[in-house]
Amino acid sequence: MSMENRITELQQEAEAAIAAASSTAALEDVRVRFLGRKAELPNLLRGVSELPVEQRGAVGKAANQARRALEAQLEERAGELAVAELTARLEQDRVDITLPADPLPAVGRLHLITQTWRQIEDIFIALGYRVAEGPEVESVYYNFDALNHEPTHPARAWTDTFYLADDVLLRTHTSPMQVRSMELQEPPIFIIVPGRVYRRDSDVTHTPQFHQVEGLAVDENITLADLKGTLQTFARAMFGDDREIRLRPHFFPFTEPSVEVDVSCFNCSAGLTATGERCGICKGTGWLEILGSGMVDPNVLGHVAGNGYDPERVQGFAFGMGIERIAMLKYGVTDLRLLYDNDVRFLEQFA
Amino acid sequence: MRVPLEWLHEYCRPDMDAQTLAQRLALTGTEVERIEHHGVAALENFVVGHVLDRHKHPDADRLNVCMVDIGGSTPAQIVCGAPNVAAGQTVGVARPGAVMPDGTKLKRAKLRGVESQGMILSERELQISDEHNGIMVLAQDHVPGTPLHEVVQISTDVLVLEVTPNRPDCLGIYGVAREVAASTGAQLQPPPWEQDPGSFGPLDGLELTIEAEHELCPRFTARILDNVRIGESPLWMKARLMAAGQRPISNVVDVTNYVMLLTGQPMHAFDYQRVAGRRLNVRNARDGEHVRTLDEQDRKLDQQMLVIEDADGPTSIAGVMGGARSEVNDTTTTLISEAATWNGPNIQRTSLRLALRSEASGRYEKGLQPEQALWAQALATRLFMDVCGATVRPGTIDLGGAGPEAVTIRLRDSRIERLLGMAIPRERTRRHLQAIGFNVEDAADGLDVTVPDFRRADITREADLIEEVARLDGVDNLPATLPTSRNTERGLTARQQQFRRASDALAAQGLHEMIGWSFTSPDLGARLHLLDGGPLLTLANPMSSEHSQLRTRLLGSLLDVAQRNRARGVGRIALFESGRVYLHKQARNVSAENLPQEPHRIGAILAGPVRRATWREQAPQTADFFTAKGVLGALFSTLGIDWELGERMGRFLHPGRSAEVMVDGRQIGWVGEIHPAVAAEWDFEDTVAGFEIELSALPLPGVPTFTDVGSYPEVHEDLAVLLPERVTARELIEVLMRSGRPLLVGAEVFDVYRDPVRLGPDRKSVAVRLDYRANDRTLTDEEVVRQRQFIVNALAQELEATIRAGQ
Ligand SMILES: [Zn+2]
Repeated sequence: MSMENRITELQQEAEAAIAAASSTAALEDVRVRFLGRKAELPNLLRGVSELPVEQRGAVGKAANQARRALEAQLEERAGELAVAELTARLEQDRVDITLPADPLPAVGRLHLITQTWRQIEDIFIALGYRVAEGPEVESVYYNFDALNHEPTHPARAWTDTFYLADDVLLRTHTSPMQVRSMELQEPPIFIIVPGRVYRRDSDVTHTPQFHQVEGLAVDENITLADLKGTLQTFARAMFGDDREIRLRPHFFPFTEPSVEVDVSCFNCSAGLTATGERCGICKGTGWLEILGSGMVDPNVLGHVAGNGYDPERVQGFAFGMGIERIAMLKYGVTDLRLLYDNDVRFLEQFA
Repeated sequence: MRVPLEWLHEYCRPDMDAQTLAQRLALTGTEVERIEHHGVAALENFVVGHVLDRHKHPDADRLNVCMVDIGGSTPAQIVCGAPNVAAGQTVGVARPGAVMPDGTKLKRAKLRGVESQGMILSERELQISDEHNGIMVLAQDHVPGTPLHEVVQISTDVLVLEVTPNRPDCLGIYGVAREVAASTGAQLQPPPWEQDPGSFGPLDGLELTIEAEHELCPRFTARILDNVRIGESPLWMKARLMAAGQRPISNVVDVTNYVMLLTGQPMHAFDYQRVAGRRLNVRNARDGEHVRTLDEQDRKLDQQMLVIEDADGPTSIAGVMGGARSEVNDTTTTLISEAATWNGPNIQRTSLRLALRSEASGRYEKGLQPEQALWAQALATRLFMDVCGATVRPGTIDLGGAGPEAVTIRLRDSRIERLLGMAIPRERTRRHLQAIGFNVEDAADGLDVTVPDFRRADITREADLIEEVARLDGVDNLPATLPTSRNTERGLTARQQQFRRASDALAAQGLHEMIGWSFTSPDLGARLHLLDGGPLLTLANPMSSEHSQLRTRLLGSLLDVAQRNRARGVGRIALFESGRVYLHKQARNVSAENLPQEPHRIGAILAGPVRRATWREQAPQTADFFTAKGVLGALFSTLGIDWELGERMGRFLHPGRSAEVMVDGRQIGWVGEIHPAVAAEWDFEDTVAGFEIELSALPLPGVPTFTDVGSYPEVHEDLAVLLPERVTARELIEVLMRSGRPLLVGAEVFDVYRDPVRLGPDRKSVAVRLDYRANDRTLTDEEVVRQRQFIVNALAQELEATIRAGQ
């Protein structure tokens, strides 16, 4: 048999073996058998130099071609087998995908009061206000006197207000910061004052501690209509774009005129729910009281007249709202006391 | 303030139902708390009856069987239990189908075998009075079958108003009628005190003096009425009093109450015969002086309270309650009709000190005007004559006289527009002000407005007038405009942002925010095993002793809430609070000039598994010192603040597992495990860890500056260091970092191993991972080896440490 024929034979034999190899390991055996150091084809190649000169070219070329062809086929087959074997292995690696997942890293919540507090702050910050805070242990002067409360105003009574001394109390509203802020900043002033306040009251709708946000805007031409626009903007941002507000005249010692502000109920239409029942949230009135407000009383400005607040020259509005009330209305919380119970199952509801 | 609509309608009758009227009032500044119904719910089936015949029930001694003409063709047979029922009486009858005030529907019934076709009514059954011993007997002249409500008031809606403190004029029905007229446009009838049957000038038979300051008793008026016949009031008066919430008592007392409810001015009637010496004097009480009031209580007075005395001593507490001694009774024939004006704050004080509130004191407190005293006298005189058959003696004693002269205030059109943001035509302004009794004259730039006496306390300035105009014009009609803020500073300050980020950081670590009470209990310090809880601010008037002091730390609130949640079965406790504490150097000397400090803190509490157990991790780690330290580290990392641990601290903390938290060399809080004995006070048997730091003491974050970390690879190696037990991880890391300069950029402990046999007692092996890097080149092995040799030498010299081979 000629050398060339032997090469062809070896190549055919090897190709058959490659095709027959059914695993990566079997394929490796084929490679060793035909192309390994001791295999016949490489030996033939090594022995070319010993051949007669006229045969060397043809045999060498044939053997080289055969080797390259086999190497290519081995590589191709190895690729095929690797894919098949990976697929088979993955098929084996099945899990019960319905088992529970790993828990998410625990997600903590901000308290509903804090969430509401921040929402209110952000709405007014967008309107150009800054946030001021003041002492909770406050003087009678800033809490009552400077806010035009009569010496006999019932809120001053020890039955209504917590006292630490004759002239020191726990602030009953965030309003003391009106005069405090105006003492520190000349007009114009646009501030909100969120914070904790206290009243001697404890029942289903009152806790002795709660939170308010005060607002104060004083400049040369701030009007009651501006108050209405501001609070309408607030109410829509807080409760939804289609909310209306309603002003009702009222009395507060430190504003004149004074108004209470209602927002149209988001749960019903004019007191009736979609199913035609009397709305429980607004008690069928179609309106929810959300805050008290008014034009800053000239007497209040009079306390800071020396700092640019001449009541004939500047004017403005003030308002005060309860954060708990806003939160309860917005999130449908029915019992105020839940907000101070801090039950984890309550806290985690508010994403 | 209860306003029966039936009564109101005598003075102003707007053409609208109670609901609509309430709405209208609410939008003009009179808040209607609620609308109640008084009397029967529906008028049908209540008729006048005439008792034709009455005989005993055959089987019941106490029952009568009556034949009653109720206007039909045949009389109704009605069984009646009242002892006073008699043939010939005109009565009120409820026919079957009638709905009683309590909602029950009357049915045809058999009583002890005898059919009853209805009920003969008592006053109580109709809510006209409390009388229920007998049936209500009507005047003879009413025709049987006449609807009962045409004869006597048996049904009315009642507006329950919340009268704001600036509007004492609305504490009387007529004042409310004026307000109703102004807000609805309905006609207002003239006041009921316009026709005064009495006269002025000297009054014989009574001497009156005021020793008290004029300010405390601005006016005192009296008249004398003779020939008084004490008895029951007429049905119409009783029905109105009941609907207004005042129980009828006797005609004289009822008249004084009726006058008060209608005019807002309280009155008192003395039995003239029992006023010793026929003289009255107003003076301050003496400290410790006693008076026996109408309610048979003995009241001890002080010298700021006023009494009215006769020759035998005090008979009344002025403005608050009459005395028992001169009370009107069945034998009274002559009475002194008294109407006075007292000082509001003084009456409020007296009423508070004596814990004695009456309809009278409640009105005086709000500050009544002297003119009202004569309204009351005029109306009372007429009613004493009409209702009690009295005659009035000529003359009136009037000490003090009318109040100050009316003031006139200029109301500028421009000012209205400038304040409201909307112009109101002058004509409309005029109409609104006139409707509520103000006198209005034209002026160049607006109106000159004269304030009526009954509003003089409330309306003193232009702004007050603008409020009146605005509310009657409808503040709800204002346009909604938005002012442009001219603030120079806006938004959150850096500190406010820092507080927000601190809470966000803890929430991101899986902690829920809680909000605790600012109040705390005096025993908190003891429960925390503190020898001295520090100066606590104590409330003068707490609501309970558990809430009688202001907190000086958040830990108490955190533990309370943790305990409550654990009791409800919550295993994993992870809570934080961000809030103030209240500190004062001299707790006893807090004053307006010396207010406490209110630093803002953030604190956390952790207990139980740090994660929920799952099928993959059945026993997650439970919270301990390192959990708390990790959460605190995350907080500081978020805020970009360098911190370190200091000495151990706090008797409430585990002595071996706690430390102070230091920032910039200052102690700003603690981190650690709660002492097990303290945790047990809050029912915890497992480890409770936490921290509390003063947020307001933290530095504000600077702007981080850029450091080029380069693109050259780090070289990592692990080193096992054999150390004496006393050397802390921090000391080890310090030596490593110092000696590793400049190539060592990071070192972290990843294992601690103890084995007394192999390592020796008091030795431990600490494995650290070292990171080497240069920013300008790739490190060679030789460089790292050289740097490591510095490190190893330093460890040996400074810490008596050796390197464990083969690790
Ligand atoms: Zn509703």
